[in-house]
Amino acid sequence: MIEVKNLTKRFGQKTAVDNISFTVKKGEVLGFLGPNGAGKSTTMRMITGYLPPTDGQISIDGADVVNEPIVAKAKIGYLPEAAPLYADMTVVAFLRFIAELRGKGEADVEGALDTCFLDPVRNQNIDTLSKGYRHRTCLAQSILHDPDILILDEPTDGLDPNQKQEVRSLIKRMGEGKVIIFSTHILEEVEAACTRAIIIDQGRVVADGAPAELKARASGAGAVTVRITGMAGSGIRSEIMSMPGASDVKEHESGESLFSGQVLPAKSSGNLPEEIFNMCKEKQLVLEELHLEQGRLDDVFREITVADTTLTDAD
Amino acid sequence: MSAPRNIWIIFKRELKAQFNSMLAYVFIVIFVVLAMALTFWFRNFFAPGGQDASLEFTFFLWPAWLLMFLAPAVGMRLWSEEHRTGTVELLLTMPMAPWQAIVGKFLAGLAVISIAILCSFPIVITVSYLGDPDNGKVLGGYLATFLYGAACLAITCSVSAFTRSVVACLIVSVTICFLMLLLAVPPVQDYFTDILGGGLSDAISSFSMFAHYNDMKRGVITLPNIAFFASLIGFCLFLTSIVIKTKRS
Repeated sequence: MIEVKNLTKRFGQKTAVDNISFTVKKGEVLGFLGPNGAGKSTTMRMITGYLPPTDGQISIDGADVVNEPIVAKAKIGYLPEAAPLYADMTVVAFLRFIAELRGKGEADVEGALDTCFLDPVRNQNIDTLSKGYRHRTCLAQSILHDPDILILDEPTDGLDPNQKQEVRSLIKRMGEGKVIIFSTHILEEVEAACTRAIIIDQGRVVADGAPAELKARASGAGAVTVRITGMAGSGIRSEIMSMPGASDVKEHESGESLFSGQVLPAKSSGNLPEEIFNMCKEKQLVLEELHLEQGRLDDVFREITVADTTLTDAD
Repeated sequence: MSAPRNIWIIFKRELKAQFNSMLAYVFIVIFVVLAMALTFWFRNFFAPGGQDASLEFTFFLWPAWLLMFLAPAVGMRLWSEEHRTGTVELLLTMPMAPWQAIVGKFLAGLAVISIAILCSFPIVITVSYLGDPDNGKVLGGYLATFLYGAACLAITCSVSAFTRSVVACLIVSVTICFLMLLLAVPPVQDYFTDILGGGLSDAISSFSMFAHYNDMKRGVITLPNIAFFASLIGFCLFLTSIVIKTKRS
């Protein structure tokens, strides 16, 4: 389990991470989202013990990262941003070097080579590898010792779509028995692999929840798109507006016997689709289309981070 | 894992890197060839009446000058390269104390320097065959060369922790080693004596690596001489750890 309490990091006058707290439990895959320079990598570097925090505590399965760094580091597998490697080594020599430092053996090296599909390039020098293979080599070093905690800083950056899919599947598979934190700019990745997401902006946590919960916070979430026939469009619109669950209607098309548009939910909305269905049933109208908008994570991301930037600019 | 084991793992990787990059071979060849060439050509090694079986004024005149340039060439990439490629982030998130990585890397550089120094050993066999060398002086000369090389390497190690540019590291390290050598050169000593007086001038000269080197190659293997090099090396490695820590803060 990772416990982060009141974590702050300042570089001179600039506050990169501003008093953030969160806990990640075993089995959780936490997506770390945020615009560039939001403080994601700095937070991850503090969790891994690379950067000392200015203030606050980080505990890795009960081991304090500052006071017991070696115990904490032994539990963590870390893929740094840009996947740095020793270019003069072969893939297998590099993994053996990491295995030695982690107190692991040849079987673990072979396991990591296998998991990350590195066997075809095992004896190749790292400086001759493609970006995808370099990334996978660095990922292999992070999982080699089968760590309880995995910190992956943009693990799919620079990979082609197939490789991205492979890494996402790997993260999802490993997430069942571990604590995983990974940062990304690709929001569909969070929906595909994460059980929870944190949006960080200007060093602060601005949203924290399951991807579905966050999506529900999008301004369009809960809206219902309908196409109803059997009554004049203006009449159907009036009937909809009289429902307690509807706050507004955006009309797409209206005719003598047709209404098509999007119904926005009231804040204290109960079940808008059910209300619309019951209204149609009662008035003997034909409900040709009904679609509930789930909300989109990128809308939430944009609304939260843009609003925050605007607020700061205004200050 | 134990500290000696971690140091050994880092040492092995760094030594392989030195030889993989050809830097170690280049260093060894240049050191041996130049040391021999300078000894035979410029110090009249075989001249009648000029023989110096203990090698004090022939062979051991040159290593201090050569190592001033060559030891920084061996050490310039120790930390600069780690910073430049970002592998420092990988290394310092491994379950070991940073000082273990510092010592392991330093010892790998020192191993390359030691191999180069040992490769000059045939000259000792030659003088032993041709004459009757004072073995104490020869031993003192080798110990002085080893400690002088280690000190130049430790200085380079701390400079490399400051910068990600290996070229900047090389230039700054050579300059520092040169300045530390100059402090014991007579014109510089005279200058300090004129402006500061004899006492302070002597104190400044005592910080010269060259003065201690010259003492030891004469066979004066005293505790102050050894303690000087040991403290300089210790200080530089400690400075390296402080710089690495401060850079992350």
